[in-house]
Amino acid sequence: MFYREVGQFKSSYAADQALLPILQDRIGIAVILLVAFVAVPLTASGFMLDSVLIPILVFALAATGLNLLTGYTGLLSLGTGGFMGVGAYSCYKLATIFPNVNIIVLILCSGLFAAAIGTLFGLPSLRIKGFYLAVATLAAQFFLSWCFIRIPWLYNYNISGSIEVPTRTLFGIPVTGPTASSETRYLVVLSIVVVLTLLAANLVRGRIGRMWMAVRDMDLAAELIGIRLYQTKLLAFAVSSFYCGVAGAMLVFLYLGSADPESFSINQSFLILFMVIIGGLGSLLGAFLGAALIRGLPILLRHAPAYFGVSLQSATVEQTSYLILGALIIVFLIVEPHGLARLWQIGKQKLRVWPFPY
Amino acid sequence: MHLLYDIFVSPFAQMVGAPDLLVQTLWDGLVSGVLYALIALGFVLIFKASGVFNFAQGIMVVFAALTLVGLYQHGVPAYAALALTLVVMLVLAFGVERLMLRPLVNQPEIILFMATFGLTYFLIGLGELIFGGDPKVMIASQLGLPSGSYRVTVARGFVQLQKIDIAAAIIASIMVVGLGVLFNRTRIGRALRAVADSHKAALSVGISLEQIWVIVWFAAGVVALATGIMWGARSDVSFALEIIALKALPVLILGGFTSIPGAIIGGLIIGVGEKLGDFYWGPLVGGGIESWFAYVIALVFLLFRPQGLFGERIIERL
Repeated sequence: MFYREVGQFKSSYAADQALLPILQDRIGIAVILLVAFVAVPLTASGFMLDSVLIPILVFALAATGLNLLTGYTGLLSLGTGGFMGVGAYSCYKLATIFPNVNIIVLILCSGLFAAAIGTLFGLPSLRIKGFYLAVATLAAQFFLSWCFIRIPWLYNYNISGSIEVPTRTLFGIPVTGPTASSETRYLVVLSIVVVLTLLAANLVRGRIGRMWMAVRDMDLAAELIGIRLYQTKLLAFAVSSFYCGVAGAMLVFLYLGSADPESFSINQSFLILFMVIIGGLGSLLGAFLGAALIRGLPILLRHAPAYFGVSLQSATVEQTSYLILGALIIVFLIVEPHGLARLWQIGKQKLRVWPFPY
Repeated sequence: MHLLYDIFVSPFAQMVGAPDLLVQTLWDGLVSGVLYALIALGFVLIFKASGVFNFAQGIMVVFAALTLVGLYQHGVPAYAALALTLVVMLVLAFGVERLMLRPLVNQPEIILFMATFGLTYFLIGLGELIFGGDPKVMIASQLGLPSGSYRVTVARGFVQLQKIDIAAAIIASIMVVGLGVLFNRTRIGRALRAVADSHKAALSVGISLEQIWVIVWFAAGVVALATGIMWGARSDVSFALEIIALKALPVLILGGFTSIPGAIIGGLIIGVGEKLGDFYWGPLVGGGIESWFAYVIALVFLLFRPQGLFGERIIERL
C-alpha cells in the first residue's frame, strides 16, 4: 500500500536505467538527505555529532570499501585497518608538504595512495583464494602497522609517534584541527560519504560491478565468459582501498584529530569486517546499517546501566559490553545470516502488501 | 652493494662466527614453533571436522589458562583445578555446538567464521568478568612442571635450554601422537575423517554430526589448555596472549588448513624462520620485524603452493 510500483510506467531508456526508478525510493532518499544535511546539524548535540554520527559515517565508508571487495567481488580481506592507515598517513604527509591545498582534495588524493598500496597487496589474489587470501592480507595489515611505527618520516619525526592534525580552513571556516566545530566536520564528512556512496552505487550496477559479481559467483566461469580475472580483482582491490584510504584520512582529520598506529590495528580490520557481514554482504545499505549497529551498540551498552539507575564500575561495564556484543553477533548471525539489509527487504515487502498479509 | 653484502653475506658470517648464538636462536625458534604448532593444531582439528575456521582458538587458549589459574587462586588444589578446567572446556564445547553451530548449520563458511569472532568477544568478556583482566602467574610448579634450565656447551660457548620448553616439546609430541592414534586407529577417528570428507555422506551412513562436533571442540579445548599452560609458564597469563592466535595463522597457511603434520612442520618452520629473521636480518630495517616476517615466509610458500605445504590439492570444477 505504501510502497507500490504499480502504475509507474517508464517511457524512456533513461528513466528505466535510473538509479532510483521508483518514486517512493526517490522521496525516501530525499527525506533522509534533507534530515541529514539540514535537520541533524541544527538539532543534534555536540556529543551526538562527535561520538556517534561522525564515526558511524566514517566507518560506513570504510565498510562500503570492504563491501566492494568482499561482498561484491568475493575476496576476503583483513587488511582494511592497514589501508585506512595508508590513507591517514599519506593525507598527513600531503597536508605537511602542501599546506595551501584544499584539505578535501588532499583527503581524496590520499585515497589514491591507499589504492596503490592496496593493489600491490592484492597481487597474490589470483593464485590464493578464500581464507588463504584472508591470511595473506593479514601480511599487509601487519607490515603496514609496522611501517607506521618504524618509519619516523611518516609522522614527521614526532617524539610521541602519533600524528596531530593541523588546522586547515575551507572558505575561511576551519574544517580540521581543534578549532573546527562539530557541525562543520559533520557536514564535510557527510558530503564526502554521500558523493562516494553515490559513486559506489553507480559502480556496482554498471559493467564493472557486474564483472565483480561474476567473479564472486564463480571466478572460473567468469573467466570463461571473457572477464579478465586479474584486472578485475586488482581493480576491486584498488577501488576498495581507495574508499578505505579516504575513510582512514577522514577518521584522523575529521573525527579523532590525532592518531597513533594503534588506531589502524588489526582490531580495526576485524571491526569493519563485522560491519560488512552484520550489515549484509553485497549491499551498500548494509554497510551503513552495520556501521551504525557496531559503533552504536557499545555506546548504548555503556550508557544503558546509568540510564536505568544502576551504577557499575567502568571496567565491569566494559567487560559486560564485550560479552553482550559477542553474544549479539552470534544471535544476529543465527537469526539473519544475510544481514540487516535483508531485514529492510523484508520490511519493504511488508509495506508493499500492507494491510494484507500477502 | 653494501646493502647486498648486509643481506646476503654478513648474517651468514655471523652465524658461522658464533655457532652458539646460532644454536640458541634455532632452539628459541623451535620452542616458539612448538607452541605455534599447538595452536595451529587446534585450528586444524576444528577445520577438518566441521569446516569452521575457528578464530576463537587463540582466546580459548587464554580462557583455559585463565580458568585454571583463577580456580587455583580461589583455593582449588592444582590438579583438581586442572580437572575442573577440562570440565569447563567440555561444557564450552557442548555450548558452542548447541547454541552456535547447530543453528548455523548449512550456512556459508564466512558466516561461521564471523560467529567464532562473536565467540571470541564473548569469551574475552566472560573471562575478564569472572577472573579479572590483570595478568596472572601460571601455576607451573604446582602442576609438577620443571623449572630452571640446562646449559649445554656448543663450540666455545654455551646454550641455555629451559626445562619447561623441553617439557612443552614432549607434551606436544605426546599430544600429536595421541591425536594421530585417535584419528587413525579408533572408531571416533574414522567418524571424524568421514565428517571431514563430506557432511552429507557422513550423515547418510548414520554418523552423528552433533557428537563429532562436541568431540572436536572438546579436543581443541584440551589442546588449548595445554598450550595455555605452556605459554603461560613462559610469560604471564593475560589477554595479551590473544595475539599468539594471529601468529598461528601463517603456520596454518604454510601447513595447509587440513593437515596435522602440516601444522607441526609449519609451526617449526615459522618459529625458526621468525627468530632467525628477527635476529640476523631484523637490525637492517630497524628491528621488530617478528610481527610480519612470519606472514612473508608463508606468503612466499603460498605463491608456489596455494594450498599450503600439506594441504589437499584444490580442484576446481565448473
